[in-house]
Amino acid sequence: MARAWDAIVVGAGHNGLVCAAYLARAGRRVLVLERRERVGGAAVTEEVFPGFRFSVYSYVVSLLRPEIVRELDLPRHGLHIVPLESTFTPLPGGDYLAQWNDPDRNRREIARHSPRDAEAVEEFGRWMHRMARAVRPLLATIPPDPASLGLRDLSGMLRLVRHLRAIGRSDLHELHRLLTMSAADFLDRWFECEPLKATKSASGIIGTLAGPRSPGTAYVLLHHYIGELDGVFRAWGIARGGNGAVSEAIAAAARAAGAEIRTAAPVGRVLVERGRAVGVVLESGEEIRARALASNADPRHTFLDLVGEAHLEPGFAAAVRRYRYRGASAKVNLALAELPDFTALPGAGAHLRGAISVSPSVAYLERAYDEAKYGAFSRRPYLDIVIPTLIDPTMAPPGRHVMSVFAQYAPRHIEGGWTEAQRAAFGDTVVETLAEYAPNLPRAILGRQVLTPEDIERTLGLAEGNIFQGELSVAQMFFLRPVPGASAYRTPVPGLWLCGSGAHPGGGVMGAAGRNAALRMLREGV
Amino acid sequence: MLRTTPFHARTAPLVQGWAYRRWAGYAVASAYELSHEREYHAIRASAALFDISPLRKYEVRGRDAARLLDRVVTRDVRALPPARVLYTPWCDGAGQVLDDGTIARRDETVFRMTCSEPNLRWLGENARGLEVEIEDVSERLAALALQGPASRAILEAACDASLGALGYFGLGRARLGGVGVEISRTGYTGDLGYEIWVEAESALAVWDALVDAGRAHALVPAGLLALDLARLEAGLLLIDVDYVPARKALVPGQASSPFELGLGWAVKLEKDFFVGKRALEAEVRRDPSSRLAGLELEWEPLERLWSARGLAVRLPATVERTSVPVYAGGRQVGYATTHGWSPLLKRYLALAHLAARWAEPGTRVEMEVTVEHRRERCPARVVKKPFYDPPRKRA
Repeated sequence: MARAWDAIVVGAGHNGLVCAAYLARAGRRVLVLERRERVGGAAVTEEVFPGFRFSVYSYVVSLLRPEIVRELDLPRHGLHIVPLESTFTPLPGGDYLAQWNDPDRNRREIARHSPRDAEAVEEFGRWMHRMARAVRPLLATIPPDPASLGLRDLSGMLRLVRHLRAIGRSDLHELHRLLTMSAADFLDRWFECEPLKATKSASGIIGTLAGPRSPGTAYVLLHHYIGELDGVFRAWGIARGGNGAVSEAIAAAARAAGAEIRTAAPVGRVLVERGRAVGVVLESGEEIRARALASNADPRHTFLDLVGEAHLEPGFAAAVRRYRYRGASAKVNLALAELPDFTALPGAGAHLRGAISVSPSVAYLERAYDEAKYGAFSRRPYLDIVIPTLIDPTMAPPGRHVMSVFAQYAPRHIEGGWTEAQRAAFGDTVVETLAEYAPNLPRAILGRQVLTPEDIERTLGLAEGNIFQGELSVAQMFFLRPVPGASAYRTPVPGLWLCGSGAHPGGGVMGAAGRNAALRMLREGV
Repeated sequence: MLRTTPFHARTAPLVQGWAYRRWAGYAVASAYELSHEREYHAIRASAALFDISPLRKYEVRGRDAARLLDRVVTRDVRALPPARVLYTPWCDGAGQVLDDGTIARRDETVFRMTCSEPNLRWLGENARGLEVEIEDVSERLAALALQGPASRAILEAACDASLGALGYFGLGRARLGGVGVEISRTGYTGDLGYEIWVEAESALAVWDALVDAGRAHALVPAGLLALDLARLEAGLLLIDVDYVPARKALVPGQASSPFELGLGWAVKLEKDFFVGKRALEAEVRRDPSSRLAGLELEWEPLERLWSARGLAVRLPATVERTSVPVYAGGRQVGYATTHGWSPLLKRYLALAHLAARWAEPGTRVEMEVTVEHRRERCPARVVKKPFYDPPRKRA
């Protein structure tokens, strides 16, 4: 290749594309190399069954940073996010709990279960809004290391302390609780209604091998509250055209800025010369050099496979090996002949257009976790479901539907491993679980795709199938993400940067890691 | 009591929040659901169905029908082929806009004019000596707008015919729900869309047929709040909001010429004659003094204004129709008549009358915004309209 590249981005996940777009906008010559045939990583839309298109892996959008949407002008590149209007939790006794966007409707519905909680829910919303506002600036912060005396770290720490002081005493205390408590304990301070607590606590276990009663899950809950749509926190939406449309919009912005994106171009290894990353060698043997590399691959794959331990200090390599993944969730994609008909609320009402959550009680979720803890998938898993065809009819043939089922717990390592039979058994479990609330579901299924953490690992290269490129826990957040020494996008290998969810601020279709990485790279002279 | 439209029997039970807007003496739903959010997104993601029956409609027939309309409006009606529609403003003798609307050529000598204001008397006065009949068919004719990316699929399913040949601003006939209707490829959303014209007594059958066919395509009945957002994104102006019709202007400064409204492209000065032509020719010679332009507020300054009060930016959920001043260099250089947040584009948009020298795309001005009870000025940039223009609109 005659062209000299300023930067190569390894992996065209959404963060890699964001990173490439920002670098290209700054005038850098950028090449993105993607192993798969399509861009997007876990944010892809694929026609799994003829005529039925799915957001195969990630399936909703909320965390995507508004500044990225604005700066890359993603709507003009085709991004359209339609908000979800409700969360519907069917209950075993034939009742249900619905949470609506309309405050009056919501209050009346929750009061049916607990008049006390109906009032608490608004106060909680306001309070979480404050917490989210307090945490939000940290997302765009390049984490300073408190143990370092470097100028960047010291001034970063100073800014951080100033910010925390501005939050105010009592909010800061609450924030500390949020970082350390379990989601269930934290919600117990606010609510008494079981299904309400359970459904809210489910945000705290998403993608994490921990139960709602495990300490630290309150933070994961907050992580899912900091998403915003038009200034409203905790607003989730569906991308028209599926989550692949999010990646395509970012890719279009990157291309418009001059970046080149090559798909079906798997990187075999990082080329290290005299301790410095100087390019990549594709699996095809082609060698491509650049002044800098940004890896959107997860930290384990980046350091241990692509760079190789030979080029790393043993202590650093050990830390990378110990970085926790523990994928805990699976995805079941269903092509449907008709909509599910819930016993608790029959018909094709508004409740089907939002999220549908199988989370009847905290104990249900905790029991589901118990099974996973001992090496089995949950016999009655937590499910988070959306039916995108009710918003975007082009995802299926007219009158048909696609249903996206996020299911947990399906740990990466189960007794006997994920055999074909185990995968089918888990698919059955998910359908049976749902059929207890919507009996017509099994006969409505025209096609079923089950993706275990092992499938996710094999297809996308996400280690242990963890959807966040590493567990979201305080132990590996901020200046500890993924590991000390590589926590501010820069790595111990000069010329190599991290730009994926394995770096601060972590996972979700957020793009913050990609943007922060690009901005830091530019600041450091890439 | 305000009047209700021929679709009332179907629409009334859908209105969950008792929210109606007045439109030409009729009550039309502001939103069917408690929030207009879903109705708005449906316009861009699937399809929305609007009751637009309150539009005023005139049928103009006869040997001189084309001559009459060509005399009244600024665009060239004689060149309009049958089965085509055009959008045009029309003016008084001083070249000030009286109204704007569409003219559909149903055949060689039969036209339908749609508009907002009563125009029967004005048409009649201009028809002296012409062989032409003018009939107000506003009440006789009901109308629906089916707008959005899925609108073609729905309409084709409902009327069992292909609409592939019906181009942008085309006009055709079809049977829908067992009823003969006229379909025009027109709308007020800037998206792929159609308007369906039906005799009032058959209105309900058409509604039912569209709703039935729409079920498989996520069709959503939508009200005027959603429409207002879509028309802002499309950069389409609204009478009584973005301009004062010349007949209602109390002082000359209130009225606007087509040039001042950014409708210069629709003024055909090469025509032999039309009402207001001489005044408009003179205006072109001395350059129009102001122009209706698109504005986009800049986000970071807006966020700073709110942050200074310890708050996140509070975005208006609906389109604001209160006129606010626009400044440049510390002086007022215009006013914004329509402004609002586009949930699709993620931009704060405005339509503003700006002094000509500030109306060029790229120019930076400031628009007044209210932040926590305080009047502030937020930087904004003049941009080209439409703000949103998907290729499917014309495809």
